[in-house]
Amino acid sequence: MELVSRVPGGPIEKSWDAHRFEMKLVNPSNKRKHHIIVVGSGLAGASAAASLAELGYRVSCFCFQDSPRRAHSIAAQGGINAAKNYQNDGDSVWRLFYDTVKGGDFRSRESNVYRLAQISVNIIDQCAAQGIPFAREYGGLLANRSFGGAQVSRTFYARGQTGQQLLLGAYQALEKQIGLGQVAMYPRAEMLDLVLVDGRARGIVVRDLVTGKVSSHAGDAVVLATGGYSNAYFLSTNAKGCNVTATWRAHRRGAAFANPCFTQIHPTCIPAHGEHQSKLTLMSESLRNDGRIWVPRQKGDRRRPNEIADAERDYYLERMYPSFGNLVPRDVASRRAKDMCDDGFGVGEGGAGVYLDFRDAIGRLGRHVVEERYGNLFEMYERITGENPYQVPMRIYPAPHYTMGGLWVDYNLMSTIPGLHVIGEANFSDHGANRLGASALMQGLADGYFILPYTIGDYLAQAKLAAVDPGHAAFRQVEEDVAGRVKKLLAVGGSRSVDSFHRELGRLLWDKCGMSRNAAGLKEAMEKVRALRERFWKDVYVAGKGEDFNQSLEKAGRVADFFEFAELMCHDALHREESCGAHFREEYQTPDGEARRDDAKFSYVAAWEFTGAGNAPVLHREPLAFEHVHLAQRSYK
Amino acid sequence: MNLVLHVWRQPGAAAEGRFVRYDANDVSPDMSFLELLDVVNEGLIAKKEEPIAFDHDCREGICGACGMVINGRPHGPQRATTACQLHLRHFQDGDEIWVEPWRARAFPVIKDLAVDRGAFDRIIQAGGFITARTGSAPDANAIPVPKRDADLAMDAAACIGCGACVAACPNASAMLFVAAKVSHLGLLPQGQPERYDRVVKMVDRMDQEGFGACTNHGECMRACPKEISIDFIARLNRDYLKAAVGPQPSAVSKVERGFG
Amino acid sequence: MPRLAGLLQSLVGKKIVMAVTGMVLFLWLLAHMIGNLHIFEGPESINHYARWLREIGAPVLSHAQALWLVRAVLILAVGGHIWAAWAVTRASWAARPVGYKLHQTAETTYAARTMRWGGVLLILFVVYHLLDLTFGRLNPAYVDGDVYHNVVASFSVPLVAGFYILAMAALGLHLYHGLWSGLQTLGLHRRPTDRWRRSLAAAIAVLVFLGFISVPVAVLAGVVR
Ligand SMILES: Cc1cc2nc3c(=O)[nH]c(=O)nc-3n(C[C@H](O)[C@H](O)[C@H](O)COP(=O)(O)OP(=O)(O)OC[C@H]3O[C@@H](n4cnc5c(N)ncnc54)[C@H](O)[C@@H]3O)c2cc1C
Ligand code: HEM
Ligand code: HEM
Ligand code: SF4
Ligand code: F3S
Ligand code: FES
Repeated sequence: MELVSRVPGGPIEKSWDAHRFEMKLVNPSNKRKHHIIVVGSGLAGASAAASLAELGYRVSCFCFQDSPRRAHSIAAQGGINAAKNYQNDGDSVWRLFYDTVKGGDFRSRESNVYRLAQISVNIIDQCAAQGIPFAREYGGLLANRSFGGAQVSRTFYARGQTGQQLLLGAYQALEKQIGLGQVAMYPRAEMLDLVLVDGRARGIVVRDLVTGKVSSHAGDAVVLATGGYSNAYFLSTNAKGCNVTATWRAHRRGAAFANPCFTQIHPTCIPAHGEHQSKLTLMSESLRNDGRIWVPRQKGDRRRPNEIADAERDYYLERMYPSFGNLVPRDVASRRAKDMCDDGFGVGEGGAGVYLDFRDAIGRLGRHVVEERYGNLFEMYERITGENPYQVPMRIYPAPHYTMGGLWVDYNLMSTIPGLHVIGEANFSDHGANRLGASALMQGLADGYFILPYTIGDYLAQAKLAAVDPGHAAFRQVEEDVAGRVKKLLAVGGSRSVDSFHRELGRLLWDKCGMSRNAAGLKEAMEKVRALRERFWKDVYVAGKGEDFNQSLEKAGRVADFFEFAELMCHDALHREESCGAHFREEYQTPDGEARRDDAKFSYVAAWEFTGAGNAPVLHREPLAFEHVHLAQRSYK
Repeated sequence: MNLVLHVWRQPGAAAEGRFVRYDANDVSPDMSFLELLDVVNEGLIAKKEEPIAFDHDCREGICGACGMVINGRPHGPQRATTACQLHLRHFQDGDEIWVEPWRARAFPVIKDLAVDRGAFDRIIQAGGFITARTGSAPDANAIPVPKRDADLAMDAAACIGCGACVAACPNASAMLFVAAKVSHLGLLPQGQPERYDRVVKMVDRMDQEGFGACTNHGECMRACPKEISIDFIARLNRDYLKAAVGPQPSAVSKVERGFG
Repeated sequence: MPRLAGLLQSLVGKKIVMAVTGMVLFLWLLAHMIGNLHIFEGPESINHYARWLREIGAPVLSHAQALWLVRAVLILAVGGHIWAAWAVTRASWAARPVGYKLHQTAETTYAARTMRWGGVLLILFVVYHLLDLTFGRLNPAYVDGDVYHNVVASFSVPLVAGFYILAMAALGLHLYHGLWSGLQTLGLHRRPTDRWRRSLAAAIAVLVFLGFISVPVAVLAGVVR
């Protein structure tokens, strides 16, 4: 396997333009002859499917939800970045580029990030034209806010429902194309494998989740837009259905998986409340603008928070980071909270929580100001916990939230399998070791609206593709594999539910490959994952039939893949002997507990090749060069 | 706390359904309603029975996947709350709870509590969009939108497509859902060129899908987890009436355009 | 296909038909109610009024021509109203073939839920009423042209007066929801009006109810005899 990044040369400001010019075009009358398979209907998938259809390609689009509108992108709250500089506060494409590379702790490709920053501007135009009801100022122009500690206000938002509104925009464009017959939509359909013919991605095998029928779909190119894998941890802020199956299956068929250990943990989530907790809910990071984070000074202090006097409270972020205080980046805030709880200072059920207190903000600003700024978040908190945050401090705890890792792609968003393109959270491309707030929506839409529709044309114009249909032997073979796997899951007939295994896997990963990792823990985790996987295949019980609407079976397939994937994740975390961004290795920290990067040894993308079940994955390195943003250590003291 | 559940079980679209009683003992008031179903399902799996099928995904009240009628109310008794965000503390120890799927001809049951809401997607296909081909957009600030209009459009756009409005409506009408989309797009300058075609096409599609007629009961608004107002239904009606008889923003007359 | 015909085919369009015809019927009823109040001015007044009704437009129009014009509009309105109500009701019944075991309503009113059966009651009432006071078939003491006498004779039977009062209650309910609903259906509704829309509908409904029942109540009470 060879990693060819196809990064264009020349000045970075011009490279995307130059590259677009160099790309081959598909003759307009030939577009209709090409059939493209898009898996996923989130921001990335829906925008790509709609745009490709508008160009004249025939598209088939798949999602596992009952409607493309429900993809996980719908849950994004905060906003979307764009270098519009509408606020005249000194933002620019260059600054967004710079912030994103630096925020990613120098583990992303400069050329990709620069292109992302350039395109960010077009995304906002496109979305406004679609009727996204972005927040506006009284003059009727678009409003912005500063997000995630950015120095400029470049975040566009639609109340607390930005992801929803952006997705509905893309969904509506997609539905229009479905109505025109240009896109064939397959909801409640799960891709269970990728099909290669002559070394190129030529189709997928899906299971119809209503009838259970396994069938093949053939095309000239396959696009994966299947989102992230935070659910490997079982408890995360991701929707319940998010999974690694599509990307993992593609990996098994030859697509390199890049940086799987780069997983982001979000600091302000509502803590779990017992063993039946099924997922975690994120609250906007903006809460840290006015809330103060603390734990009792005394270990295991069980008094009610309001009975604990100021002198007995430890506002630990303010103590440790006098200049940034409660506004330190996500990874730092998360890690510190975990440290406090691990040391026995945690509050609430099981001691897994720290306080986020608005008492002082209410005193300083008045209740109505706090209500105006955070009213809906307070309501959400109260709905879930039954506690009133105006009166008692909120309890928060970090939770897995986003995965920077994903299938390796070149500058054209094509994986190491020719014809297999990967977009959105499913690829590894732009965020390095840590993603900045409001940048995932930007990336998903950049990929789907403005990059893939060009680059896939370049591929189609050059590839000499023989006609292939689902009757081809390669499809038959993969269909059999898939059907066999389904049968195998149903046949185990053990005693434990799928969820119980998933929970156990999740806890293990959270403990050993979560916010902070060490070599011993990772090795232990890998062994335990293997053992657990074996137990899964011996003792899982999957109710029902294969030819039916069977949610246990859906889950079982996903968890089986998480098991295989978890090992790779630990493997990657173990091999990366440095701390960078969200990847914190306890062995590699400064004396005062900050992350220590090792640019000499690890300034590369780690792309893993699958070499067969049970074999160790093979590492391929894509070296990273930083010509425009100079390598520097982050400091928030 | 202990609860008694009566859950609608229906093995498939064509099969007969019935209520089955399940006792949920020692559940925590801090659990969500879907977590309660998870617990019941774990119990069923332990007995090697088939778990209850129900749609869900985000579990934070935004994807619109979840939805069931709980004690006669879509999404349950709490206002502005989806089933996944409903917590058991709103029930009393010992309560009997009836759980049913959305009931409407246009939302056929797939299995147990899961229904097919594809009709909503088809209504959007008919016209629930603004045509803005990728790449064709002017600068986002080239078209200012009065803040009040943008805010009102956002109120309508908050719809999560869950279908509770249909489930709640005594007529099984989809007016609130359709009105929310018609209003969202019709309130914005970007949505004007297609405004009147849109409303006619979406309403026609709604009828074809077999939804009932709105007689202004207002139940939909009460059940709606996003508290979408029936004011938007009035807006839809007005636009529809204008589409039929009123002046329109196109210089080409209705007759010239071929559909009168 | 002209758009207007399309309008008649859709459910929203049918509702618009119902609202427009409902409004026509309401306006006519208002006139009818005010006309009825002439009865309190004595037999001369009301009988004169009844005669006048038939002479409107004279000498351009011949006897009762205007009245028949109004009747034609009325018959069309009633026909349209019932046609639309029937179509809409059928669609709604068909839209939920399997009902709920438990269905709790929270927002709707008694008036809204009884529109259909209330409407049927109203049509039955009108049939009876026409046979009673217009054609005199059900009124043994009927004297052609003496409206005052006919009304008093009819309402002196407590059962008849009671039925009228009951029907007027149904009418009040129908109007309470109908007026509000009609405004909504015609889209004549902006935010600030919302607050008084329902109250206005209630006030009008009560006024119409009181205006109509004042006659049978007065006869029963012996004020008009
Ligand atoms: C709570 C929360 C808040 C967030 N807030 C923000 C924010 O404010 N700003 C920001 O920029 N980012 C935010 N993010 C991150 C951002 O929402 C996601 O990274 C982004 O939406 C991912 O989009 P996507 O299109 O790549 O994938 P998704 O939206 O996850 O879509 C995946 C699609 O793939 C389909 N799919 C998956 N697997 C299969 C399969 N095997 N077969 C068939 N179909 C499949 C699914 O059905 C779905 O349609 C947030 C994330 C979370 C969890
Ligand atoms: C006596 C004269 C009547 C008047 C003044 C009247 C008035 C109205 C009005 C204003 C509406 C509201 C329309 C809308 O919501 O768009 C309405 C609705 C309705 N009317 Fe009548 N109506 C009358 C007689 C009848 C009769 C005789 C019937 C039945 C056969 C009937 C059945 C209905 C029904 C079913 C509705 C719809 C219910 C609803 O909107 O909730 N009405 N009427
Ligand atoms: C208690 C109340 C009412 C009284 C005392 C009353 C009285 C009368 C009288 C005396 C007439 C005959 C007039 C004439 O022949 O010149 C009449 C006609 C009529 N009334 Fe009423 N009425 C009452 C309520 C209603 C109501 C509620 C309705 C409708 C829902 C109604 C519908 C009619 C109609 C349709 C006619 C025939 C009109 C015509 O000939 O053109 N009435 N009424
Ligand atoms: S209008 Fe409300 S109830 Fe209806 S689909 Fe939308 S969110 Fe759900
Ligand atoms: S409940 Fe039904 S009748 Fe109309 S106002 Fe709502 S759609
Ligand atoms: S599961 Fe998404 S709204 Fe309830």
